[in-house]
Amino acid sequence: MDVKQQKINKEYQIYVQRKMPKSNLLRDCIFAFLVGGIICTIGQAVSNFGKSYFNLNTEEASAFTAIVMIFIGALLTGLGVYDDIGKYGGAGSVVPITGFANSIVAPAMEFKKEGYVFGVGAKLFSIAGPVLVYGISASVLVGLIYFFLK
Amino acid sequence: MAKYRLGGQTVKLENPPCILSRATIVGSKEGQGPLGEYFDIVLDDNLWGEKTWEKAECRMYQEAARMAIARAGKQPQDINYLLGGDLLNQIITANFAARVLGIPFFGLYGACSTLTESLSLGAMLVSAGYADLALCVTSSHFCTAERQYRFPLEMGTQRPPTAQWTVTGAGAFLLSNDAKPPYITHVTTGRVIDYGITDNNNMGAAMAPAAAATIKAHFEDTRQGPEAYDLIVTGDLGWFGRELTIDLLKKEGYDISDRFIDCGCEIYSRDQDTHAGGSGCGCSAVVLGAYILRKMEEGIYKRVLMLSTGALLSTTSCQQGESIPGIAHAITIDMDRG
Repeated sequence: MDVKQQKINKEYQIYVQRKMPKSNLLRDCIFAFLVGGIICTIGQAVSNFGKSYFNLNTEEASAFTAIVMIFIGALLTGLGVYDDIGKYGGAGSVVPITGFANSIVAPAMEFKKEGYVFGVGAKLFSIAGPVLVYGISASVLVGLIYFFLK
Repeated sequence: MAKYRLGGQTVKLENPPCILSRATIVGSKEGQGPLGEYFDIVLDDNLWGEKTWEKAECRMYQEAARMAIARAGKQPQDINYLLGGDLLNQIITANFAARVLGIPFFGLYGACSTLTESLSLGAMLVSAGYADLALCVTSSHFCTAERQYRFPLEMGTQRPPTAQWTVTGAGAFLLSNDAKPPYITHVTTGRVIDYGITDNNNMGAAMAPAAAATIKAHFEDTRQGPEAYDLIVTGDLGWFGRELTIDLLKKEGYDISDRFIDCGCEIYSRDQDTHAGGSGCGCSAVVLGAYILRKMEEGIYKRVLMLSTGALLSTTSCQQGESIPGIAHAITIDMDRG
């Protein structure tokens, strides 16, 4: 590319950046905080319920909570509600475990039409896959560091 | 220079073909928009009773084609050429519809610019005497495009303000040599322009330079300015891309702002939460077929410069960090044969 075209491109990109409508960061943060907070509060309530009603210990209660929250996330995805929550909640609905459930159930529903092997099977982790790869890799790395420093 | 060429990018058609008949089908969201009453068919359900979104889109394509043929009192075997395309990989909508329609077929891909690409080629075929009847059909579908280019539908994601909404719609146009306005008088073929935009949620910015370049080339080739047109229409730049195009052309000394609309801005109302507006090759097809040509027949517009704009990206090119090339093709639609 010649220098003149590079200059035109640069100018245009700066101009576009300056002029383009931006997301309202403050509003998005507040919504993310509220939606994420509500989801986590529900999670806490589930955990407390498990502890008092089923007499679960802390470890059992967290497994119980994860199972219930994943179920709720998957159910709301299937009912077509979770994408509406995500539209407003943003990171607030993506980060909690319900968001993880959504990212697996959504492609499962979408790609069922391509069959159970190359559709559901192959596409199930198309969005959650990278999270798993880097999440597990990071935990192994942290585990190793912890092992040697201990 | 070839006999009917004007300048570098424009052809003045020797025998301007007419748009003999047309048909439009849209999805429910488009039907609820401000142009809802103009469309021929509005679907209640975007699956239209089919098993997959792709089948539904293909059926929209076929039905629009059949409707346009029937309205002109013709049969599919009377049509010499079917030209068209869609947004899906290997243009399966158009290919599969052509399998059923049985008309000699040229499959085209120009992303969202496919509408004016097919009308340009169809008009040249008819004008040159290679065809009596040429049918140009394009379609897009929100759900098929979304799953191919972005995320599954039920995925809870946030769309940025510059994101556009793929129109569910199909439009068909039958071109012939009859003396029945409106006519396609000029064809300006766009160059691929890339100003280095890489954000695939900002197609308007990627396509605006192409739109501006084609409009400028058209003005220069025909030695006319914006005042020669009652309306200048682009396909799917959206609100932001429309603004950029006005600015880019102002820099070149053309002010089109008082007669410039974008189909992506017209098809949805702002409260339909589509962010920057509509997109897809169905967008310009249904707005041209349902609204603009109707207004021309009613005498409101006499001469219209119609462009469709395409963003020539793929999911692979985006992931590999390539910038998004844009293209825009223009045709002049005139109530006089010239």
